[in-house]
Amino acid sequence: MNLIRGSAETVKDAETTPDAEQPYRELGLKDDEYARIREILGRRPTSSELAMYSVMWSEHCSYKSSKVHLRQFSRTAAEGSVGSSALLVGIGENAGVVDIGQGWAVTFKVESHNHPSYVEPYQGAATGVGGIVRDIMSMGARPVAVMDPLRFGPADAADTRRVLPGVVAGVGGYGNCLGLPNIGGEVVFDPSYAGNPLVNALCVGVLRHESLQLAHASGAGNLVVLFGATTGGDGIGGVSVLASETFEDSGPAKRPSVQVGDPFMEKVLIECCLELYDAGVVVGVQDLGGAGLSCATSEMASNGDGGMHVWLDRVPLRDATLRPEEILMSESQERMCAVVEPGRLDEFLAICARWDVLASVIGEVDDSGRLTVEWHGETIVDVPPRTVAHEGPVYHRPYARPAWQDELQASGPGSLPRPATGDELRATLLDLVASPNLCAKGWVTDQYDRYVLGNTVLAQPEDAGMIRVDDETGLGVAVATDGNGRFAKLDPYAGAQLALSEAYRNVAVAGARPLAVTDCLNFGSPEDPDVMWQFAEATRGLADACLELGVPVTGGNVSFYNQTGDAAIHPTPVVGVLGVVDDVRRRVPMGFAADGEVVLLLGTTRDELAGSEWAHHVHGHLGGRPPQVDLPAEKALASLMASAIGLVSAAHDVSDGVLAQTLAEMALRHGVGATVALDDVCGGDPFVALFAESVARAVVAVPADRVPELEAAATTYGVPVTRLGTTGGGALVVEGLFQVPLGQLRTAHEGTLPALFG
Amino acid sequence: MRVGVVTFPGSLDDGDARRAVRLAGGEPVPLWHGDHDLQRVDAVVLPGGFSYGDYLRCGAIARFAPVMSEVIAAAESGTPVLGICNGFQVLCESHLLPGALIRNDHRRFNCVDQELVIENTSTPWTSDYEVGQHIVVPLKNGEGGYVADEATLDRLEGEGRVVARYVGDNPNGSYRAIAGVANERGNVVGLMPHPEHAVEELTGPSTDGLAFFTSVLRAVVSA
Repeated sequence: MNLIRGSAETVKDAETTPDAEQPYRELGLKDDEYARIREILGRRPTSSELAMYSVMWSEHCSYKSSKVHLRQFSRTAAEGSVGSSALLVGIGENAGVVDIGQGWAVTFKVESHNHPSYVEPYQGAATGVGGIVRDIMSMGARPVAVMDPLRFGPADAADTRRVLPGVVAGVGGYGNCLGLPNIGGEVVFDPSYAGNPLVNALCVGVLRHESLQLAHASGAGNLVVLFGATTGGDGIGGVSVLASETFEDSGPAKRPSVQVGDPFMEKVLIECCLELYDAGVVVGVQDLGGAGLSCATSEMASNGDGGMHVWLDRVPLRDATLRPEEILMSESQERMCAVVEPGRLDEFLAICARWDVLASVIGEVDDSGRLTVEWHGETIVDVPPRTVAHEGPVYHRPYARPAWQDELQASGPGSLPRPATGDELRATLLDLVASPNLCAKGWVTDQYDRYVLGNTVLAQPEDAGMIRVDDETGLGVAVATDGNGRFAKLDPYAGAQLALSEAYRNVAVAGARPLAVTDCLNFGSPEDPDVMWQFAEATRGLADACLELGVPVTGGNVSFYNQTGDAAIHPTPVVGVLGVVDDVRRRVPMGFAADGEVVLLLGTTRDELAGSEWAHHVHGHLGGRPPQVDLPAEKALASLMASAIGLVSAAHDVSDGVLAQTLAEMALRHGVGATVALDDVCGGDPFVALFAESVARAVVAVPADRVPELEAAATTYGVPVTRLGTTGGGALVVEGLFQVPLGQLRTAHEGTLPALFG
Repeated sequence: MRVGVVTFPGSLDDGDARRAVRLAGGEPVPLWHGDHDLQRVDAVVLPGGFSYGDYLRCGAIARFAPVMSEVIAAAESGTPVLGICNGFQVLCESHLLPGALIRNDHRRFNCVDQELVIENTSTPWTSDYEVGQHIVVPLKNGEGGYVADEATLDRLEGEGRVVARYVGDNPNGSYRAIAGVANERGNVVGLMPHPEHAVEELTGPSTDGLAFFTSVLRAVVSA
């Protein structure tokens, strides 16, 4: 980048030229932030120090606008929370770690790679997968699965046709080559994401308790080893330039800020890391992601018990002309940094050599309390590491309930014309199952390998992805992600809770016990008080709900500045819930599998259509209040599902899928139809029964002779049960109203994405 | 019975292949790409994945790995060798099998539960199937289009060396819907679909793939 010119500037240079002009604004720093750096150092920063502070104090790395709100999440892991006893590592490390029993632990986290994926869809999405996988690796875990919640502008928009195929190919290209099954996620379309697609990536890893690794540089005299790919000029300033600003029409091209991925290198790095951990030659380890070496060195030193000295000229480069500032800021992928005792270095290097992984000693832990960086014998950085990594600026951004919020909530869907006759209801059903948001996502998910590693028990389109952890005992985990931007727009507090509610339900319905939460909070600009209010409300809502459900937030990510000009995306908290399954052989799949079973609806249906798929797709309407949050009902449903394992042969959650969609999906899964009557659902209003989006509901299929057992269990947990009908036949039949042959249903459901994207 | 499974840098389904061997009742033996050593195994599986990233033509670098000189020698002396997906590509690059695998005609990576028909049960890898038997196993690849010149295809068909064929829509543009072929002697088989992902009811679409691994155990015993 041409902001930095001339030879490497030393600390001495900075002292002798205290008034030299510095390009801090171009690097994304504000005037007061620059002043604070000068105050910390007692002089002006060198160009290398300025580079480090600028990337580490970026919104993306420092969480400066969100920090005061995210503190609420530590409450969710406090004493008394059911899941908290399982928490081995909480917020603050690369990813949270949860005990799942039998000596096993699981780590999981969701992150955003939104801005890079808009600029360069394939590489942006690919490196999003790569980055989250390295976070999981750095905890000592073997990555075992990925999921990708994706959001795009309107399905038929020209730009969506540019972005979506690239993003999907990038997620697949990287994940498939890495050998990680992709077990779920979301594909959502909404005009609010036009120009600001959301590409979130989640990874799950498993480890034995004793394998846990942390990003600490401790033990003076220990060596700092950089290993993996060489360092190049890609991704320089990715966090500060790309992820922390809004897109403007007239700005310069940002493509050079997007990193380029090499999944083969990452695959080799995974195997190499696991062998290093097994050999016990690693004292601390950190991945290089956003802010590259600036982040890894300052965070490890800050987390450690002393200081660190780095010989920056020993970093292997793929471009010999890179300046020290660029080396410090580069976000070249597939790199890791470890702290190693000198006596174990040869062993460490031998393992790297076996995997043909380049490893270089680039520094040493010391007890100076400073992070010092040397370039060909001259000191170019001399800073207290905590001020770079952990003591960045904290903003109390002003926020206020938007002026338009009341009006939005007042304009509910009550006056929208509703289908009433059998023919109208049938047409609405066929229209909705074919809508971009509810249609089959096979065109996307078939581009991902869901079989590799041989432990995938459930994958898309099931409610949750499920992975076997232990071949012998059948111990496993289930993960689901959900988020509904429309609900969050109507009420961000409730919207965040509804996202949690649905992910929690999805995991429970598949037969798992919900244990922990990760979140990716996608919002517009924090400098807009409306957006900041949405953020404050969403975090408060999520923290309150996590506390009530007893599932702690273990980590996650905030993505701000998802807006173009004044138009922000819908506030979109994406919530991932992880559950444990004692024996994956007792999983509960979603599809009807046999004729003659009884179909039952669990939970209460209300006339709740504000923010629904029906209002959105049929009427283009968004207004009113989202469905009522009912966390006690979610808990009761989860308890019932846990007690009914072995009793129900199929179960599927009713959510933005609504009952019509739920029944259609259950029937299409194995081509087994059903005949249902809706007289006993919500006072017999078939439209509400089929299309309302009330929470805490699921449809189950149960062998006829076991229905009384299920009904008794439901009574125990206080879950209302409505008998809908029976499975069987080649059609979905709603008695007295309409029927749809499964062939016609399948054509409608599966034809949409291939027609749009080829 | 010892069945070796080679791990190249970038192999992905090596663990699955070892599990399949174990479930079939054999002893899986991990083989390392850099060793000139087959560890006295009775049969060899080259597993799926992206060896060396497959940034060059798929399998083109793996074919020169040290272990491949031993695999080629063993194959030429009759040891059963099965190449799955990337392994099939390696076998074609090694000229142990004719033809080549090119990018799918629709240009996308495709992961589906694929129906196949088994056409040759005289190989050591397919003897536990019936001729004409339909099976369902996962297919997942970006470069799975099997191509060869007309004369080679005619010869493969004439000599009954098409081991398996796709049923229904051609998933990747393979000529004559060919999913797997054998060498002249029959001991070397290349297969684009993944039988090692269909060995357990819990994790696969079926258990139809297991017979590839039981077949070879039987073949080795009777050899």
